[in-house]
Amino acid sequence: MLGVDVSLFFTQVMNGIGNGAVYASLALALVLIFRTTGILNFAQGEMALYSTYLFWYFTDRGWAVLLAIAVTLVISFIGGAAIERVLIRPVEHSSPLVIVIVTIGLFLALNSIVQVQFGPDIKPNVPRFYNAHVYRPFDIQVSRDTLVLLATLGIICLLLYLLFQHTKIGLAMRAVASNSESTELSGVPVGHMLMLGWGLAAAVGALAGMLVVPALGLQASLMQGILVYSFAAAALGGFDSPVGAVVGGLIVGVAESLTTQYIHALNGITLVVPFGIILVVLMVRPQGLFGTKRVERV
Amino acid sequence: MTRRWQIISLVIAVVVLVLLLVLPHQTDSTTTLRWAQVLYIGIAAMGLNLLTGYNGQVSIGHGAFFGIGAYASALLMHNHGWQFLPTLLVSAPLCFLVGVLIGFPALRLKGLYLALVTLGLAVVFPDLTKKYVHATGGTNLVSLTREELSPPQWVPTSVSAIGRDDQWAYYVTLGAAVVLVALAVVLVRGRFGRALIAVRDHEPAAETVGINIAQVKVLAFAISALYAGIAGSCSVLVTHIANADKVGTFQLSIEFLVAVVIGGTATIVGPLLGAFIVVYLQHEISDTLPGHVGSLGPLQRVLGDPAAAPAIFGLLLILFVFVLPDGIVGGLKRLRAALARHQPRHPPPASVAPLTPT
Repeated sequence: MLGVDVSLFFTQVMNGIGNGAVYASLALALVLIFRTTGILNFAQGEMALYSTYLFWYFTDRGWAVLLAIAVTLVISFIGGAAIERVLIRPVEHSSPLVIVIVTIGLFLALNSIVQVQFGPDIKPNVPRFYNAHVYRPFDIQVSRDTLVLLATLGIICLLLYLLFQHTKIGLAMRAVASNSESTELSGVPVGHMLMLGWGLAAAVGALAGMLVVPALGLQASLMQGILVYSFAAAALGGFDSPVGAVVGGLIVGVAESLTTQYIHALNGITLVVPFGIILVVLMVRPQGLFGTKRVERV
Repeated sequence: MTRRWQIISLVIAVVVLVLLLVLPHQTDSTTTLRWAQVLYIGIAAMGLNLLTGYNGQVSIGHGAFFGIGAYASALLMHNHGWQFLPTLLVSAPLCFLVGVLIGFPALRLKGLYLALVTLGLAVVFPDLTKKYVHATGGTNLVSLTREELSPPQWVPTSVSAIGRDDQWAYYVTLGAAVVLVALAVVLVRGRFGRALIAVRDHEPAAETVGINIAQVKVLAFAISALYAGIAGSCSVLVTHIANADKVGTFQLSIEFLVAVVIGGTATIVGPLLGAFIVVYLQHEISDTLPGHVGSLGPLQRVLGDPAAAPAIFGLLLILFVFVLPDGIVGGLKRLRAALARHQPRHPPPASVAPLTPT
């Protein structure tokens, strides 16, 4: 570490962890859907974008921020479940290509709908439910945003853990993920579980969007970069592993922030980092760090 | 039966080709250029179809290969004074090579994971051009003058007439399309095509009958990259620029895939039909539709908004795959099969009694 500014280094690490928490949340949303349906939801970021615009709209009407967050979460949950029921269910058994087209169509539609519905201009002042502040322990700068994002990620993880491991619904959802035909035969309403999975994913994504937007400003391209990093996070951790998504998100966030700070050759092309990560991981360990390996039989 | 359909298809192909040959003489420059656009999107989609439709490897990053082709041609013409046609001898092999390089990591990746990595290609490529290409005003936009794009001396003046430089662009693209359709037919009908399909349908089984999986997959990737690159080169003639931004490259990649899926995967003409629909649908939605919604009241504000065009396109896309999940060609095949079943009118065998437990 000779010649390296230690506090700058740790400041960048903390920034990375903050961003990483956002990537981790969206990656969790991707994993929730991938585990139950085997679908890679390209519209996940845009679903969160729509929720974030809705949140901005409520706060712009003078609603209290926490109330706006709560209402947006409920609407996002219902919206996500509705998307599964109306758009995904009819093509559930079609070729993966058709499902990709549907999620891409949804991506295009949502991105353009927010611009028509809420106006194409950037909304700069999206409020937080706390006051922005920067802590400086040992000259390391840590913004309160980072801490809130981390805490939120922790709460999401805890709630999902409780849901999946300690409730009957969670058990049913895990059963659907593991073998949906057998689950159906044993009387679990598989369709409802899939809707629940999409609803949860939409709500988790919405939360990530609402918490990251005050620092970045709201515009239609907000989630696209974030989605790319979240894909990297999910691929790194393994698409069927929630723990992997969280660890992957944090690693990708820190890697991004350190390369931006220290590797000047990558100025302007920092997106090479997440894709370098995806590529290397998938080459060395295709199932990701925490994923389950699939055995193929002839 | 099959023989009759073969003859009918051949006649249709000849008629379409003749129509395409006389098209620029019957329409204005705008329409000619739009058809040139249909053709180059069709070329790229055809290449992607070899990869996705026949070989089962999904890519949503072929906009990057398209961009490599476009930049190769544009920079050679702009900085080195090349004619257009020789630039194809650089751009096509270049894209093929890059395709091989990307194809190797793709070997380890299946289905959606591959889609993810190719998505990365589409996202990173614009950044790379922004960093390494310094053209107009230091940006990555390469803009070509009319002189740089002018056809060579040997082109008859009826095609290269002043004020109709669209015809040169159109005929070059048409020529490329015809050659590449022929190549696709040869590839698909032959040993290589069988190998592509075998690998797609059952990889371990294909391996046991002696197909070199790695070779087939990498070759499929490289050939599809070559198609996309040639399409990109042709696009420079039509649009007079080479450019790359995140939205544009992603959008192109999607357009190719959409053209493949709505046209019909694993068919020769499907991607061309799909390209026609993609180009014309988008044109109608963003240019024609806003002029026709004047009397729709509150809907007018929504449909007339240019920002709404992708929403309409996206929703139509979803609707389309709901109705025709196997694309236009797939739908036509089912229609043909239904007609064929209808004609002989065999009465249903009446002797079969319903199975009842005794």
